[in-house]
Amino acid sequence: MTEEKNEKLKMTAYKVRQHIIRMSTNGGCFIGASLSCADILVYLYECFLNINGNNMESGDRDMFFLSKGHDVPALYGTLVETGLLEEERLKNHLQTNDFIYWHPNTKIPGVEFHSGSLGHLLSVAMGAAYDFKLREKKNKVVVLLGDGELNEGSVWEALLVASSLKLDNLIVIVDRNMFQANKETEQLIRLEPLQDKFLTFGCDVKYVYGHDFEELEKALSANKHRSGNPFVIIARTIRGRGLSSIEARADRWFVNFTGEEALMLLEELKTGAKPELTSESLMVR
Amino acid sequence: MTYEQILYNLVSRDERFVVLTAENRAAIRNLPGMIGNRFIDTGITEMTLVGMSAGLALRGRIPVSHALATFLTMRAFEFIRTDVGISGLPVKLVGGVPGLLSEANGPTHQAIEDVSIMRGIPGMNVFCPADEDDMLKCIEQILLSPSPYYIRYNGRKTDYRHSSSFKEGKAEVISTGKDINILTYGTLFKESLETMEILERRGLRTGLVNLRTLKPVDEGVLLDSLTNYSYTVTIEDHFMTGGLFSIVSETAMKNGKHGRVIPIAFENKWFKPALFEDVLEYEKLTPPDLAERIFRTIDKNEKQN
Repeated sequence: MTEEKNEKLKMTAYKVRQHIIRMSTNGGCFIGASLSCADILVYLYECFLNINGNNMESGDRDMFFLSKGHDVPALYGTLVETGLLEEERLKNHLQTNDFIYWHPNTKIPGVEFHSGSLGHLLSVAMGAAYDFKLREKKNKVVVLLGDGELNEGSVWEALLVASSLKLDNLIVIVDRNMFQANKETEQLIRLEPLQDKFLTFGCDVKYVYGHDFEELEKALSANKHRSGNPFVIIARTIRGRGLSSIEARADRWFVNFTGEEALMLLEELKTGAKPELTSESLMVR
Repeated sequence: MTYEQILYNLVSRDERFVVLTAENRAAIRNLPGMIGNRFIDTGITEMTLVGMSAGLALRGRIPVSHALATFLTMRAFEFIRTDVGISGLPVKLVGGVPGLLSEANGPTHQAIEDVSIMRGIPGMNVFCPADEDDMLKCIEQILLSPSPYYIRYNGRKTDYRHSSSFKEGKAEVISTGKDINILTYGTLFKESLETMEILERRGLRTGLVNLRTLKPVDEGVLLDSLTNYSYTVTIEDHFMTGGLFSIVSETAMKNGKHGRVIPIAFENKWFKPALFEDVLEYEKLTPPDLAERIFRTIDKNEKQN
């Protein structure tokens, strides 16, 4: 990857993070999870997926499914930065005059399917992947799962089927930020050794650092040679990535910051100046 | 033509159709060899079956997805509600051995709340054919409907030949009367028909209606029954809660009507697991039993008045 491309992606991810921070006030959002997957989404939409303003109405584009729906601010931001969603609409976050709420829905251009209930979109993505196979199309279907989401049995059930159906046009990316709602994953429901689990379920697996565009590129391009197996990328990420005041903190999972705090977080994103935050995590789970 | 042949014809002439099953092949045993990769067996995985069906429908397909009725509607309920219901995609969910058709399997396999929970999902329609003939006469239209559907699969063979004129939300009026009107759907159609004959022989002018779709339901027929008959009888192999009796009650209240209704359904209990005919005997669902139950209720009412 050229330095120029890398810098451009970093700049886009920076803007996406700004959008996320702006959505963390006036009702708040799942800021930690949104920040952890922002770089993955930026890379997918900027470099990997054949999805753009000209092919949204066509059945011939690639498809992306956000299964861990609570990190949708990262998707809203990415859709804005890739020109699929009007930036103005983000001002309607949580307003009744629009459909920009805490989980994705198809009233947002670029959202293929609604989510929010964990453990659903892997099987929905498999239906789409199977259809591309039937049509003998080369399109890619990517689904992003959370690591906490891997607690759901439906994920593992679906993986059994995906590998039996040889859906090698299916790419599963796990946002491995090591946290679920209230706790670190390994302290609640152990997932490790995670790579081995996917391997024994019949998937090809790559482990990458999910905030490194070059690593993401290398891993995703490895899938060009399709092996017959679904492809899983475990992307090690940091919950709250970009804001050290939020990073890897269980109590900053879902927060409704004051307007002032949001401004301080924007400043932190820019300069690294750590703000004093008093707003506490809202208990959703 | 069999159910399987109808599916085969649809798949052959319309590329939108795909057939799925969660390893429930009873009704579609020969299809894999006939339709190749348009047949998908997901194994014993109802959640994945429904999720995949939604994904296929999202791509413009019409999935006809089979699983045993209990596991389909209950194990995968949230997938049906969330992936099919919210999206409104035209997924056709076919529940095998619903109601009494589960025979000796026991309560684990008794789908006798399926109508209740499926009709509670916004946009989800419910088709409950009276027997194989009825199912075969309506199924193509159901499968071609742009709505999601829950289909209470019924391969029971009877001698009755149903009207081939079918419209969603339109009941099949088998006969009309004045004193008693029997409203039914699904498996107990044959018993309802014979019950009607017994009542007729005993001097009661009896009507019979096969509802066919419970959602949308033929409200006109229900209101007509409440208004123009002395008694309406609902007969169903379903819990009392949420099935036809509930639908009649809701329709009556909504329209400010009332009438005397004799509900025959499972009230807060599972039915005795046994072979079909023996269940009918045990649960007092044979035509003479049904007629007796109706007579007794009427007698009691008349004495009270």
